[in-house]
Parts: sequence; structure tokens; C-alpha cells
Amino acid sequence: MSMLHTAVATRGRAHTASGISVSDVSHTYGARTAGGMLALDGINLEIGDGEFHCLLGPSGCGKSTLLYLIGGFIPVQAGVISTSAGPVTAPGPDRSIVFQNFALFPWKTVKDNVLYGLRKAGFAAAEREQRAQRYIDMVHLTGFENAYPSQLSGGMQQRAAIARTLAVDPGILLMDEPFGALDAQTRRVMQEELRTIWRDSRKTVVFVTHDVQEAVFLADRISIMSARPGRIQHVIDVDLPKDRGEEILENRAFIGLSEHIWRLVREQAVAATRGAH
Amino acid sequence: MTDVLAGKPDRRRSGPSWSYTVVNTALRFSPLLLLALGWEFLGLSGLVSQQMLPGLGDIFSAFSAMLFGGDLLYNTARSISRAATGLGAAVVVGVAAGLLMASFRTVRLLINPIVQIFYPMPKSALIPVVMIWLGLGDSSKILLIFLGCLLPVVVGTYNGARGVNPFLLWSAASLGASRFEVLREVVLRAAMPDILNGCRTALAFSFILMVSSEFVIATDGVGFMISSLGDGGQYPAMFAAIFFVAGIGFAADRLYAMLSRRVLRWREA
Repeated sequence: MSMLHTAVATRGRAHTASGISVSDVSHTYGARTAGGMLALDGINLEIGDGEFHCLLGPSGCGKSTLLYLIGGFIPVQAGVISTSAGPVTAPGPDRSIVFQNFALFPWKTVKDNVLYGLRKAGFAAAEREQRAQRYIDMVHLTGFENAYPSQLSGGMQQRAAIARTLAVDPGILLMDEPFGALDAQTRRVMQEELRTIWRDSRKTVVFVTHDVQEAVFLADRISIMSARPGRIQHVIDVDLPKDRGEEILENRAFIGLSEHIWRLVREQAVAATRGAH
Repeated sequence: MTDVLAGKPDRRRSGPSWSYTVVNTALRFSPLLLLALGWEFLGLSGLVSQQMLPGLGDIFSAFSAMLFGGDLLYNTARSISRAATGLGAAVVVGVAAGLLMASFRTVRLLINPIVQIFYPMPKSALIPVVMIWLGLGDSSKILLIFLGCLLPVVVGTYNGARGVNPFLLWSAASLGASRFEVLREVVLRAAMPDILNGCRTALAFSFILMVSSEFVIATDGVGFMISSLGDGGQYPAMFAAIFFVAGIGFAADRLYAMLSRRVLRWREA
């Protein structure tokens, strides 16, 4: 399986979208010490092929931990996470990630950041250039190819990070509160763009956020998580049109669903605050 | 000063004006001028003997005699080749050791105590030791310079590598980089500011150890020259050699700082 994967990657081919299956996953931080903290407790979740799935919950609910486990950044302690490529054991370009703090290589220009993953994927030089330019254009950074990240605004840095991740064409796109550090205006624009990109590329997206409206705007399905230990309390289908623009914010169904979800999240947040005392 | 004279049109156009640069440079070097004036005054006033503080004119003529007729350049070249060899080896070994320490717990546990014990030790204390081990040839001085320069490089690299934003490592891994590629392409690059700082300290140490080891164990080199001129009572020539080696050290440091800025220009943006 892994040999087949390598062969495909070196020819510079796209990764096919894949569902994600999470079964009985628990995670404890500091497990080796006496005061270990149970961050995730018995998570079961099936994310469909091409689905936009949001993990929503108060801070400290373990939603980022779950994302990092899917990404293979931290080892799975209990349970199994698998994709169509088999069980997840390490990070790989079939599950690429965008972080809240962008994590661009600060010593590389925008273009070299985008080229980094393309080199690893084994694209030929000419195609590398072409693809890098296409994704830079797509996130509206044309003209900033040779800028260093420190010369860009937060929104531009995040768009560069998204271009870098999308360019390697991961089947699964992981996003860890990617718009959390942006101002409200930029955030809204980026949400709409992401939704369009997703609709056109049909990737599986797992998107972590604590913003209810963001989750409802973006997702096909939302998992609402409880805090300490993190459990999935509700999985909610978002029954809204596929094409979502600014106007959806006025849609009765959107508002109703947002309020419903807000109440569910609030329960968790209140419980978490009480639990902390 | 040379920058301006060499003419860098693009820089001059965007940068400060000619006169500003000249005034600024003059101001920056004015303390040196004051020092030189004080030196001359002390010598001429008779407060200090001319032996101890020879006039700057005497020093300068001793300098040109050594430069054109004597063996100053030969000795300098000998010294610098020793310093460069020791420093170069220390940079290669030190960067590798620092990266390994940062990446592997076992290596860290093995090397850390050694680093902590030897870091504060004055490396010139090892001069007799390396002489016993390797004799009077080049290798004893190179070993000493290597040992003295090693720790600042190790510590700089280790601190830099440990401080790398973990999200950069994860990003690289999720873009398809192997563990070794992450180390070489991300950790090494991200740690570069600290590595370059460690190497700058090491560069200064290499000059100090070069001269001080040549005082004790050498038959050539600038350090040997300074001590034998002093023993022979040729004080103007001795001071000339001291100033010359100080000037080279200064120039090396400026050059190094300039190259570092180039390498790290992504930070200044």
C-alpha cells in the first residue's frame, strides 16, 4: 500500500479524496505521569468522502487534538483512525494542514513556500512553476510571489499558507482555526473563498473552529464537542444550499440552525466552566 | 567609508545622502580619534615613557617596514590558516552536534553535561595540554582553536533548533518531507539566526586563542611575532603587529556581520 502511494506521489499525481474513519479514539496528555489529562474520550466519527466537516466546541475540548491525530502529527494512543490509504501512523501529503498561525517558512518567499510541497511531490520543474502560479493566483496573491511572509498582512499570509497546502492537492484538507487570527472582514471573504475552492475541488475538509456562524456557513456536517474530556455530543447535518454567499446570513434556516447550535455549544461551555471549579 | 567610495548607486539613491553618511562615519570613529590623540599626548608629555607608548608615527613606520620588507604578512597568513581550520572544523562539528542534541534525547543526555562543565572553562588553560598531546606543530594550535570555538556553535545551534516553531515541522511533514529533510530544510534554516550568532562568538574566540596559543607554542604566526618583538624590545613594531591583528579581527567581524545580514535578509523585511 505504502509503495503504491510512493509511486503515485513521485509521478506528481493528485491524491484522491477519501473519507475518514475515527473509531474509539481516546487521548491522554502526559499519559506517562500520574497527573495525565484525558483530552479525548471514546471518539467515534465517520467523515464522508468529499464532506466538509466542522469540529465545533469550546476551547479545551480537544478538537485540535483530534485534528492533529487525523493529521498523524501526534501518535494515536487508543483506537484507530483510517483513511482510504489505511490507518494513519504519520503525517503525509494526502492529509495536508493549514494552521491558525499560518506556519509559512519565513525564510522562503511566497512562491518558494508553495513550491516546497510541489518539489516533495515530484512534479517536473515546468509543471511545478505552473501549478505554484495557478494557486497563487487562485488565492489572489498575484504580484506577491517574491514577497517574504513578514512583508504580508495576516490575511495574505493565511492565503499563502492555503495556496501552499492546496497546491499539493491533498485528498484531505485539515484546517485548524485557519481564520482565527484574521479580522472580521477578511475572515468573511476567506470563508466564502474556501467554500468555493472546496466546491470546485471536492476535497474532504475537516475544519476546527469555535465560531458557530463560521461552522454553519462552511459545513455539511458539524460535530459539537464537549470539554474535558472531549467527547462528540451531537453531529448535526447542515441542510442549506450548496452555494452559499453573503445572502445566506439572512436566510431563516441559517439563522435558526445557528441559534440551535449556539444553544448546544453554550451548554457545553457552561458545563466546562462549572467543571473547572 | 569604502562603501561610499566604491559607489553603490542603487543604495545611495534610496539611502541617506552623501554628506550625512560622511558625517555619520566621522562621528562613529571619533572616539578612536580621541584615543589616538590621548595616546600621542601621553607619550609626548613625558608622563609615560616612549618605550611603553611609542609615538603613532614610529608605530606606523615600523608597520610599513614590516609590511613591505618584513614577515608580517607571512606570519598573518600562518595564523589565519590555523584559526580558519580550527574554526571551520568547529562550525561543522558544532552544528551537527547541536542538531543531533536537539533531535535525539539520548544524544542530549550524553552531550549536555559535557557542554555545561566545559562551557565556562577558559580554553587557554588547555594550551599546555594540547602541547603535550600534539607537540609544537600546527595541529596543537588548531586543536585548541577547535575546542574553544566548538561550544558556542553547539550551544547556539542547540538553542536555535530547540526553539523552532513546531508547526513549521508539522507543515513540512504534511507536505511530504522526510524526517531527515525536515531536519536539513526546516530545523537548520529556522535555527540559522542562533547558529550565526554562535559562530560569531566562535569567530572572536578563534582570534583570541590563535594569538594566545602562538605566544606559548609557536615558531611563527602573529602571536609569536608579537611576543618575540616584545622580548627583543622592538616596541613600535610590537604595537604595529598588535594593531594589525586587531584590525584584521575587526574586519573579519564586520565582514561576518554583513554576510549574516545577507543570509538572514528574510527577517528584516
